[in-house]
Amino acid sequence: MAGNRPVGVLALQGDYREHARVLASFGAEVITVRRPAELERVSGLVIPGGESSVMDKLSRQFGLAEPLRAAIADGLPVYGTCAGLIMLADTVLDGMAGQRSLGGLDISVRRNAFGRQRESFEVDIDIEELGAPPVHAVFIRAPVVETVGERASVLGALDDGRVIAVEQGNLLGTSFHPEMTDDHRFHRRFYERVLATRFV
Amino acid sequence: MTDSTPRPSVGSDRVKRGLAEMLKGGVIMDVVNAEQARIAEDAGAVAVMALERVPADIRSQGGVARSSDPDLIEGIQKAVSIPVMAKARIGHFVEAQMLQALDVDYIDESEVLSPADYVNHIDKWNFTVPFVCGATNLGEALRRINEGAAMIRSKGEAGTGDVSEATKHIRKILGEVRALTALSPDELFVAAKELQAPYALVAEIAESGTLPVVLFTAGGVATPADAAMMMQLGADGVFVGSGVFKSGDPAKRAAAIVKATTFYDDPQVILEASRGLGEAMVGINVSDLAAPHRLAERGW
Repeated sequence: MAGNRPVGVLALQGDYREHARVLASFGAEVITVRRPAELERVSGLVIPGGESSVMDKLSRQFGLAEPLRAAIADGLPVYGTCAGLIMLADTVLDGMAGQRSLGGLDISVRRNAFGRQRESFEVDIDIEELGAPPVHAVFIRAPVVETVGERASVLGALDDGRVIAVEQGNLLGTSFHPEMTDDHRFHRRFYERVLATRFV
Repeated sequence: MTDSTPRPSVGSDRVKRGLAEMLKGGVIMDVVNAEQARIAEDAGAVAVMALERVPADIRSQGGVARSSDPDLIEGIQKAVSIPVMAKARIGHFVEAQMLQALDVDYIDESEVLSPADYVNHIDKWNFTVPFVCGATNLGEALRRINEGAAMIRSKGEAGTGDVSEATKHIRKILGEVRALTALSPDELFVAAKELQAPYALVAEIAESGTLPVVLFTAGGVATPADAAMMMQLGADGVFVGSGVFKSGDPAKRAAAIVKATTFYDDPQVILEASRGLGEAMVGINVSDLAAPHRLAERGW
């Protein structure tokens, strides 16, 4: 094992403290990541909810986007929620002009797919991989996975079939925010991947 | 809070407060047209506040300030993909109904506009769209939360470019939160009475040590250093009103304030961001404002 490397939470903007709290409750050492030097220390990374266009811009301005892409390609376990899912998608639909993602997940994601805040909602969703009970999912101006490529697999969908949770190797993404509830099975799934990989 | 929701449910507390959670660590900018909204989005704003006149102009031009023309707000909604907020007058629940019908993402029941009711604020529980409200102290913040506000911003003194009131209000609110945590349970009843706030909220904060909703700061932020200071003082994020578009180079200043808000604890980044920004808004010292012209005193 490569020692006890901390788990990172991308802290450019968004609800990164809530993610840090969940990971800390597993006994993980958690650090915030805003710079390449911090990224180099971590054995896994959560990209939080927030505004994806802002995360994109700041990650490029501060030289973090390229190291992030390289780390993802090297197999760093990463979990993205909402804006984080957008950042992990190979293709972003309805992004702001010039918006880029880090990529890694072989999917296309539509930003603000449900509409504006009035359409934000919460609902229970059965996730077969996680078993009972259903996951209580909170969607806030949330994205939806519109197409799923060969390399990615679907973990969860709404009743109407729209995909809201995907996985591909060490990458995990959800349209919703488990960090806002007490059900942390998705974080646990990510953290187990971190422990199994112990990224060197 | 029950976690069982077999049918999709909109407008819940968690969903309303949740959007504010996603804005944390970000900058929300006042804009008066689609072009300014695009500049703000390009600069990295997490949301824009659509209004007809920025507070500095409301101040200099006087008259009754009301909610904006729906066409103007709609133009801004079409121009950007980030959340769009808009202001209703204090107590003007019909302006708020219109803003909800217009599908804005957040309604600001704002003292920057002329109050429509000098007794009651809007009953914000009746709305699906969440509200942000201003506060100068913890009691005021809790009264707003009790009325259904899903986000609080410290008021500062809008349209001045003088950060001193913003400093005073964020220190006051967070100082009063810290003070509550030091009280014993039998002292919380009187604390609630003195704060003129509901006991249940006071007891919740004494236990958790934090407000139950996100707390931004507003009113007088004009430089990257101002924004970073608010963050170091414990704000979750920053509203910038007149400070951006009343300055010499709005695009550059807006981007600089965004950087300084993310890297609020890194003086080197704030220093670099502060170079070559051109003229800051000229501003007014709050101490030179006669009491009737202080917007922070509106709301109660």
